[in-house]
Order: sequence, then C-alpha cells, then structure tokens
Amino acid sequence: MDVIADNLDSYLGGIAVTLWLSVLSFLLAVVIGVVVATFRVSPLRLLRTLGSVYVEVFFSLPLLVWALLFFFGLPKVGLTYPPFTSAVIVLGTFTGALVGEALRSGINTVPPGQGEAARAVGLRFWQVLSLVVLPQALRTMIGPLGSILLALVRNSAVAAIAMSVDDLMWRSDQLATSTAHPVEVLTGTFVAYLILTVPGTWLVNALARRYRFTR
Amino acid sequence: MTLASFLDPPGPRGRRRQRVATVVTAVVVVAVAVIAVRRLAEQGQLDGDRWDVFAQRSVWMFYLRGFARTLQAGAVGGVLSLTLGLGLAFGRLARGRPVRWVATAYIEAFRAVPLVLLMFFAFLGLPRLGLDLGPFWSVVAGLTGYNSAVFAEIFRAGILALPAGQTEAADAIGLRYWQSMRFVVVPQATRAMVPAIASQLIVLLKDTSLGALVSYEELLRRAQITGEFARSPLQALAVAALFFAVVIFALNHLARRLERHRPAPVRDGLPAEALLPAAAAQASR
Amino acid sequence: MKKRPMSLLSRLLVVMALATAAAACGSDSDTTSADTAATGGTEASTATSSGATTSSASGSESSEADEGSGDGPTVEPGTSVAAIRDKGKITIGVKYDVPLFGLKNPTTGDIEGFDIEIGKMITEAIFGDDSQVEFVEAVSKNREPFIQDGKVDLVISTYTINDARKEVVDFAGPYYVAGQDILVKADDDSIKGVDDLNGKKVCSVTGSTSLTNVQEQAPQADVSVVFDKYSLCVEALNDGRVQAVTTDNIILLGFVADSDGDLKIVDNPFTEEPYGIGLKKGDTELRDFVNDVLEQSYDDGSWKDAFDRTVGQSGQEAPTPPPVDRY
Repeated sequence: MDVIADNLDSYLGGIAVTLWLSVLSFLLAVVIGVVVATFRVSPLRLLRTLGSVYVEVFFSLPLLVWALLFFFGLPKVGLTYPPFTSAVIVLGTFTGALVGEALRSGINTVPPGQGEAARAVGLRFWQVLSLVVLPQALRTMIGPLGSILLALVRNSAVAAIAMSVDDLMWRSDQLATSTAHPVEVLTGTFVAYLILTVPGTWLVNALARRYRFTR
Repeated sequence: MTLASFLDPPGPRGRRRQRVATVVTAVVVVAVAVIAVRRLAEQGQLDGDRWDVFAQRSVWMFYLRGFARTLQAGAVGGVLSLTLGLGLAFGRLARGRPVRWVATAYIEAFRAVPLVLLMFFAFLGLPRLGLDLGPFWSVVAGLTGYNSAVFAEIFRAGILALPAGQTEAADAIGLRYWQSMRFVVVPQATRAMVPAIASQLIVLLKDTSLGALVSYEELLRRAQITGEFARSPLQALAVAALFFAVVIFALNHLARRLERHRPAPVRDGLPAEALLPAAAAQASR
Repeated sequence: MKKRPMSLLSRLLVVMALATAAAACGSDSDTTSADTAATGGTEASTATSSGATTSSASGSESSEADEGSGDGPTVEPGTSVAAIRDKGKITIGVKYDVPLFGLKNPTTGDIEGFDIEIGKMITEAIFGDDSQVEFVEAVSKNREPFIQDGKVDLVISTYTINDARKEVVDFAGPYYVAGQDILVKADDDSIKGVDDLNGKKVCSVTGSTSLTNVQEQAPQADVSVVFDKYSLCVEALNDGRVQAVTTDNIILLGFVADSDGDLKIVDNPFTEEPYGIGLKKGDTELRDFVNDVLEQSYDDGSWKDAFDRTVGQSGQEAPTPPPVDRY
C-alpha cells in the first residue's frame, strides 16, 4: 500500500487529467452528435446518408483501431496535434456517433402527433424542434447521455494509452512496470476509477428517474 | 419519425433550395476527399511500394490468422462472460443476503472500470500472485471480467421484465425456485434478451483488439508488426481497419435483424456502445 | 414468424463456434518455427536429456570448434540450466520492432535479428539444437517484470546493463556495446549533440535508459512524447511532431537505412550502452553458463557470423566483441 501513498500525487494528477480529457471530449462529442443527429433527420437524402455513414463507421471500428489510424494517418494529410488534443479529437469523434444516435432515438420517442400539432398551430420548423420536440426528447435522453459519458470515462483510458497522454491509466501503467508492485498499483487504479464513475452512475440514475415521465 | 414528418412537403421553391443544398454538400464532401487523397499522394502514402508487402500471399495469411485469433479470444471470452454473467445475475437476484451483496458489488464495480485496466491486471498483476496466464488468457480474463458484469445486468433485467404472474403461476403449480427458473422464467426471458446479448457480444469482439496492448497477436497487433516490418504503418493499419469494419458492420446488421422481431426488447444494463446500435434498429424499422 | 429470430441467433452461435474451430486450426499451422518447436519441445527434450550431461557442442555447427577448445559450456545436472533443459523449452523475451536486432517478419512469421541469433546460440548450447526456443514479445517496460515473474528465462532485447536494473535482475554479457545517439531529419543541422536537445521536442521509449539519459544531460529537453515502441517515435519524427528521436546508435541505424535518406544520425554518441542478457536475480549458474556460451562464440567466430548476418546487413563492420563482465 506504500506504493499508492508514495505516488498519491501521481494518482490525483492522473484523475484530474482523466476528468479533463473526458469532459472536453464529451463537449466535442455533443457538438458532433447534434450535427450528426440533425443530418440524420434532415429532409435532404444526401445529408441523411452522410449521417448514417458516420454513425455506421464508428459503430464498426474498435476505438483502439481508430486511435491508431488517427495517430498514423492525420499527420500524413498535414495535420498534427499534441497528444492531449489528439486524444480529445479521437474520443470526441468516436463518442459523437453514440451521442448522435442517442439524440435521434430521443427525438423518435416523441410521438409524431406532437410535431404535427405544433405545425398545426403555425409554429415554424425550428420552433417545432426547439419548443416542442427537443424539450420532451431531452428528458428521455438523460439516461443514455449519462451512460455515454461514463463509457467515455472508461474509453479515455484506451485513447490515453494509444496517444501517450498522462491520464490515470497511463500513469498507472508506468508505475506498475517501474515500481515492481503491479498488483498494488493497479488495484489502486481500480479504486480510483470507481471513485470517478460510481457516484456518476448514481447521479445519472437519480436524474433519469427524476425526469422520467410515462405516457 | 424523421423531422420531415412535421415539415410540409416542399413546394417548387423548397425543392429548388433542397437541390442546391444537396449539390453544395456534395461539392464540399468531394473537395475534402480530394484534398485528403492529394495530400496522401504528395506524402508518397499511395505509392505502390508502400503497398508492396500486400502483394504477398503470406502477409494476407498472417492477417487472416491474426483475425482468427481475434475471433478465438472473442468466442472464448463470450462464452465465459455469458456463463459467469448468468451466475452473477442469479446471485444478484438470490434470497441470501451475502450472495446478493457479493454479486451486486462485483457487477457494479467491474462495469465501472476500463476493460484495458482489467487486461493489464491479468497480464502484469496476476503473475505476482502466482498466476501467469499469458497473453491469450489475459485478454480472455479482461474481457470476461468486464462483460460478465454487463451480461449479468442484461440477464437480471430480462428476468425482472417478465410479468410477475409467470413466476406466481409456476409457484402455484408447485414448481421449485430452480424449476420455475429453468422451465418458465429463463426460456421466456431469453427471447427478449437476445438482441441485447448480440449487441454486447459485438462490443466484446471489438474490444478484443485491446489485446494488442498486452502483446496478444490478434489482427491489430499483427497489422502493427506488418507496418513496422514494411515501414508502412498507415497502410498496414488501414487494411486491418477495413477487416474490422466489414466484419463488424455485417454483424451489427445481423444483430439488428434479430431486434426487429422483438416487441419489447430488454435494454437495461447495456453500456452505451451496445445500447445505441441496438436502439438504432428499432428506429430504422 | 416467431421462429425466425431464434434461427438467426443460432446462426450467429454457429458462426462463433466455427470461428473458434477455425481459429484453433489456424493457430496450429500458424505458429512460427519457434512456436512449433515449443509445442513439440517435450518430445524432443526427452531425447536430449537421456544423456545426463549433454555437451552443448553436440550440435553439428559448433562441434568443430568444440574439438579445438574442448571446454565448451556444459549443462551440469541439478543446475538451473538443467532445469530449463528438463522443462523442454527456453523462453526468451525479445523485441518485435527493432530492425537488425529483433524484428518480426510477417511473410514468414519468424523473428529476425542479432538478439535472436544470440538467443538461438544459447538454446543450442543447452539443447543441442535451436528448435526448443520460444520467443515472446517483451516491450521495454515489461522486461524486468517478465524476468521477475519467471514469464521468460532470458531477455535479449537491446537491453542496457546498468546499476538500477542490476538491483532487480542480473545480466550476462555484455555481448555488444552501443552508444546513445540522436536521430534527426536529414535537413536539420540545428542538433549536433545532446546539449542541443535543450528546448527541443525529443521522443524516446518508455522504460528505456535513453529517456533518463536525456533528462540528465539535457534537462531542458521536452520529453513529454513517450511511446512503448521506437517505430512510433520515428513516425512522430517523420511527421514533425518531434524534432529528434534518441536511443542507441545501432537501433537508429536500422531506421536510417530504411528512410531513403530522409533521416540521419547526429553521430555524436553521448553514452555507452553495454547490451546484456537479462535473467533472474541471483541465478549465478545460468549467468555463468550464458557467459561461457558468449565467450565461446567470440572464440569460434559464431558471434561474428551472427553479427554479419544481421547487423552487418546495414553495412556496419563487426567490432571486436566486448569482454563479458562477471561481476
């Protein structure tokens, strides 16, 4: 246990990086997700196709494969980013597909009659969306979005290892191999991830219950 | 519904605007693709000699056997996860408190941590405790540790989703607890759980690629090795990515066909990666 | 109608089962020559161990030299070396991604390089031929854990002998002495030695001495980019994400040779890196045995042969082998 006490700073720093990485990636994912979801419900067939292709590609590629493709590929088209930024982009684009799909499912839970009624009283397209459909859809999306955020925290470990970002997982890997106490170090990491995710799970469940409505 | 369902059908002006928007989008997409391809070509990434290594049959066999190892770890991990998951689900539903607590604690903890951490623990930590699994079983252990917890939640949700009348009826005709589980509850619950299980099995197969991080020579690791040997990492990786994409796309498609025939599929307990492709099926019905 | 989805699921399960079977068959024919040797090893070893004290020189290649010197390393019964022989195989941790020293060839499935040749030499001394060796991948950061946990009997992977590592593992050798140098783009003249790395982005590998050396000698260098493989560092250099990659000159040489003139070595080595063979701490018998094997290979020319076959391909002349250090 001394190993953990001795390296407590490293753990805390790692937790901070993991949190920061997850939060920024989530914001990016939400932006991408909104665009993708809009594409997928748009009246333009081409946009719908683009949206589906985006989602299908990311549902079909393992995260680590995507991370490595990004690592090797993007510099070849002239774009280079520092490791942390790369990890945010990799996680954000990957998770964006999940968010997009969650938003679309959420919109689908709103009965079509709601939209039609809104149209009937003379609301315009964007008013229908922002005043009637989305407020109802958002409530049903709390659960899925929370679950996506938690998956993102877990996935951040993969991106960080692939990109050499000094998050919780990366630092533990270094400590595990350099201190000759892998059991203690990795058990500490396990607990650290629980501290990060378990309260989050409870919060998400509570929120989802609070805002759930039955039709 | 698509939003189109509460849009009025476009008039002549609307249709023209839509056509313009389509053309503009197409131009943007094509332009981005052209720029990317041209940059790749400028950097010599599309040169024939970058791909030379794939002219050899032995390299394709190297990949295929790597992919066979991906499937192998995925299949063994899948079977073990389902088995352990079923046990854990019964544990969590059990009447005895200690059993219930242990199962609950396991499920909640192992669902919440990165799978890659579990693999690292199996690969680097367990040998210190006198259990040297080697790369293959480390991958399987990691996959099982995480996915058994996920499957346990799927099973539990499936069992709980069954109307209480079913178990009550089983009780009424004098079936014991295990008999009612075996003959009444599980067979019915399974049907509702199939899509969720299929989705999660696909996620599990994707996660097998994490084995590359603990020197398990599956498809991804073999692509890295080929890239290092042939000095064309991007090309070697792109081939592997294509492998993954085609196979997993096909499996996702198959899983969605499963889903279409379920009136009320069970989805509780599924992590986001599996939850959403499954949900997508319903929407695209 | 109700039946359909079930049959789809069973189809999925059949596919899975078939995949498992295919994978099982696949991995049989798939194994490298070394792997096959490892599986067939039990059989072969019973034959070898029938003579209690098998001379290492029973292999056809080295028999000539053995006649000459007459004191080639022998396997004493009851020693840790005999234990490896009785086990029927020797497991050696090597690298898969270091040109000239340990590089896995996807067209054959074999691992090639100077480290591999040394490993085969030692195997031959124990078993009489080199088919009982199993090579496993050991990336830099995993080497000490692998040895300590007994996952491998030996580590031969451009493994520098130093005091910190001697705390946890023991070393036979050295069998080669490299020096740490710097790899830069061919048109970069701003870096002429380690001091010039201050303020530059430098890539190195997790768990390697190269990293600590740079931190000591060029404290202002930005070493935040760290991977577990050299090839990733070289990729980062090619892309301009870092300005230099630093590690042992002989490893860098392999990358220069493959870069079509895009990269060059600064050629101003700032450390000495004696490559040793890592083994479990305190196993003096194994260490002495490996040292004997090395010394014999120096004398009978097989060390030079192995060097010329591998590192020599890059145009490097075989140096005089370094004296082994029986500390």
